Amino acid sequence: MRNRIFQGATAVEDQWQLVEEDSTTSAEVHLLYHYADWIENRATYLAQPGAKGVLLSNTDDVASLMPDLERLALICIDFPEAVDGRGYSQARLLRDRLGYSGELRAVGEVLVDQLFLMRRCGFDAYALPDKNVECISKYLDPFTVKYQ
Amino acid sequence: MYQYSALDQQLVDERVEQFRDQTQRFLAGELSEEAFRPLRLMNGLYIQTHAPMLRVAIPYGLLASDQLRKLAHIARTYDRSFAHLTTRQNIQYNWLKLEDVPDVLEELSRVEMHAIQTSGNCIRNTTADHLAGVVADELDDPRPYCEIIRQWSTLHPEFSFLPRKFKIAVSGSAHDRAATQVHDIGIYLVNNPDQGIGFRILVGGGLGRTPVIGKVIRDFLPRHQLLSYLEAILRIYNQQGRRDNKYKARIKILVNALGIDTFRDLVEEEWLHLKDSGIDLGEAEIEAMRQFFQPFEYIADTGEGEQALARSCQDSPAFRIWYERNTQEHKAGAYRIVNVSVKAPGIAPGDLTDAQMDGVAALADNFSFGQVRVTHEQNLVLADVRKVDLHAVWKGLVALDLSTPNIGTLTDLICCPGLDYCSLANASSIPIAKQIGDRFDDLDYLYDLGDIKIKISGCMNACGHHHVGHIGILGVDKKGEEWYQITLGGSAEEDASLGKIIGPAVAKDQVAETIAKVLDVYIAVRQEEETFLQCVRRLGIAPFKEAAYA
Ligand code: SF4
Repeated sequence: MRNRIFQGATAVEDQWQLVEEDSTTSAEVHLLYHYADWIENRATYLAQPGAKGVLLSNTDDVASLMPDLERLALICIDFPEAVDGRGYSQARLLRDRLGYSGELRAVGEVLVDQLFLMRRCGFDAYALPDKNVECISKYLDPFTVKYQ
Repeated sequence: MYQYSALDQQLVDERVEQFRDQTQRFLAGELSEEAFRPLRLMNGLYIQTHAPMLRVAIPYGLLASDQLRKLAHIARTYDRSFAHLTTRQNIQYNWLKLEDVPDVLEELSRVEMHAIQTSGNCIRNTTADHLAGVVADELDDPRPYCEIIRQWSTLHPEFSFLPRKFKIAVSGSAHDRAATQVHDIGIYLVNNPDQGIGFRILVGGGLGRTPVIGKVIRDFLPRHQLLSYLEAILRIYNQQGRRDNKYKARIKILVNALGIDTFRDLVEEEWLHLKDSGIDLGEAEIEAMRQFFQPFEYIADTGEGEQALARSCQDSPAFRIWYERNTQEHKAGAYRIVNVSVKAPGIAPGDLTDAQMDGVAALADNFSFGQVRVTHEQNLVLADVRKVDLHAVWKGLVALDLSTPNIGTLTDLICCPGLDYCSLANASSIPIAKQIGDRFDDLDYLYDLGDIKIKISGCMNACGHHHVGHIGILGVDKKGEEWYQITLGGSAEEDASLGKIIGPAVAKDQVAETIAKVLDVYIAVRQEEETFLQCVRRLGIAPFKEAAYA
C-alpha cells in the first residue's frame, strides 16, 4: 500500500519508485535510490536518462550529496519515529547551507501535527502513512507568527 | 517585566487553538495515545499517578500579580485549590481533567502565560537568578537574555524533537543562585575589557543518573552572538546525541563521550556557518529587550526605614527573627528583598493554596511594584519592599502562613513530588521533608547550624537536585521498601560540586535521625564561622560516615 503524497497542500500521484536490489524498473517512473547505493554508483546513475532522487536515513551525511544536488529532483528524508528529530537538521542543512532547491520530501512516521515544523525546516512534500487525511492545509500553517 | 507584543499574544492564542484541536482529536479517538503523547508533553501535560499533571511556565521565575491571581483562579476552578512550585521556577497542577486543559491554557493566555515546552524533549523554560536586578553584586540583568532565549526556543522548528529534554540557565552575579553549572547549557554574564558584556558558556552539566558539572565551551561570547552559538550547540546535539537509550541521551553524555575539546571543535565549525546568517539579534534589539527590565524608580533612602525597623524589631521579637532570616539586602538602600517561605511545617515544600497566591498577589500590589518571583528552591520572593513597609508585609505573610523564618536553614529544603504524585518515583519525598521538619523544629538550633541546603529526590531522575545538596537524600526501592541514600558536600552554586554517598541507604524512619548524627559531628568539630559545607569539604565524609552508622 502506498502512502498519500502531498506536494505542499496538494495531494498528488507518486511518480517515484524506490530502487531495491532486486527491483525491476519501468521507464514511466522516476527512480529513487537509497543513499548508500547512490554514493557507490552515482556515476552510473547520473549517466542514465530520467529524473533521479535519493532517500536518506536520518544518520546519512547530507554534505556528501553536495556535488549532485543540482542533478537531483527529489530528496526524501526518513523519519523512523515521529519523535526522532534528526531529519529536521538535515533538511535545514540541505536548504540553508547546501542550497538544494528540488523537492524535499518527509517520509516514514510523518504525522500531521508535525507538518508545520517540517515545512519551516524546508520540506515541501510529505508522504503521510495515514490514508484518512484528505486535507493538510490547516496543519501546514497553524501559526501566523514565528520567532525564528 | 516583558510585555507581550500583539505577535507574542497571537502565537500563544494559536497554540491554544492547536492544542484544543489535538485534545479533541485524541478524545474522539482520531489520535492515538502514542501520537498524542509528544504533543501533550510539549504543552506541559503529563499523565501522573492520580490525574494529568499540567506544568505551567513561569519564564525565569517572574510573575506579575495578575498572573499569580490567575494561577490561584485556576487552582480553585479546575484543581483542588492548590498548586506546586517546581525546582525550575515553574508551577504545576496535579488534579486537572484532561478535557479542561485547553480551557486552562486559554485562561493562561489571557495573562500572557502558557505551558509551551514545559515538558518533552525540547528546550525547556530558561531559568535565571531569582534575585536578578535587585542585588548589588550583579554585572548585568540576566532576564533580557532569558526572554531572548525564550522567544528563540519557542516552537523552534528544528529543535522540537531533541534526543532528550534541554535546560538552559543564565546567571549575572558573582554569586550563582541559578544552579547554572548543572544545566545542559549554563550561561554566565561576564565583562570583557575590550568587548563589553558577553557570556561564558558552559555545556553538558546536569543531574539525573549521571550527574555532571558543566564544562566551559567558550570563555567569552559577544552578547549579540548568543542565538547563533546556541543554535550551533543544539544542532550538533540534535544530530549526534544518543537516541538509543534515554538515560544516555542528554547532552552531557555526548560531551563526555567526545570530550569537551572535540565537542567544542564541532560546535565552532558549525558556528562559522551560522554566525552571520541572520539568526542573531542586533544591538538595538537587545537594548530594546533590556528596556523591559529596567529598575523601578526607587525612592531615596532617608533613614526613615531603618528607624521604623528598629522600632518594629524592639516591639516584636517574632518580627525581628523573621526580618533577620527571611529578608536580605537590596541594592537600593530604602528597600529589602523579602523571601517568602513556602516551607511551613507540615506542608509539602512548594505547595501554595489559592488563598495564599491571592494574598501574595495583593501584598505585591501594595508593597512590591506588583511583581513576585519564584525561586528554584521552591519559595517566592517579593523583591522590592520598602523597609518602612516590612512590618505590614510580615503581618500579611503571617496571616497567610508564609512567614516561617527558616530561609536558608535545614528546613528550607528542596523536595520533588516523589511517590505521592510522580509515577516514576521509587520512594516518597514529601513525607521525608515532613519527618525532617518535625525532627528539627527548634529554630535556635537551626540558626546555630547556619546555612544548610537539603535536597530530596524520589528517584534517580533527581528532580529534587539531591546531588548538589549540602545534604542530599535519594529515595531508592529495596525489595518494595523505601530506603534513602544520603550524600554530603554537594553544591549548585559558583563552587558547584557533587555530593559523596556516605554509605548504605537508611530505612525510611531513620532519615532525620541519621542527619541529626551527621549534624552532631559538624557541631562538635566545626571551626569558627565554618559552614557545614566548608566543614565537609575540609574533613571529607569519613567522620560523618562513622557517626551516621555508629
Ligand atoms: S526525582 Fe523521580 S520521583 Fe522525584 S519528581 Fe523526579 S521523576 Fe518523580
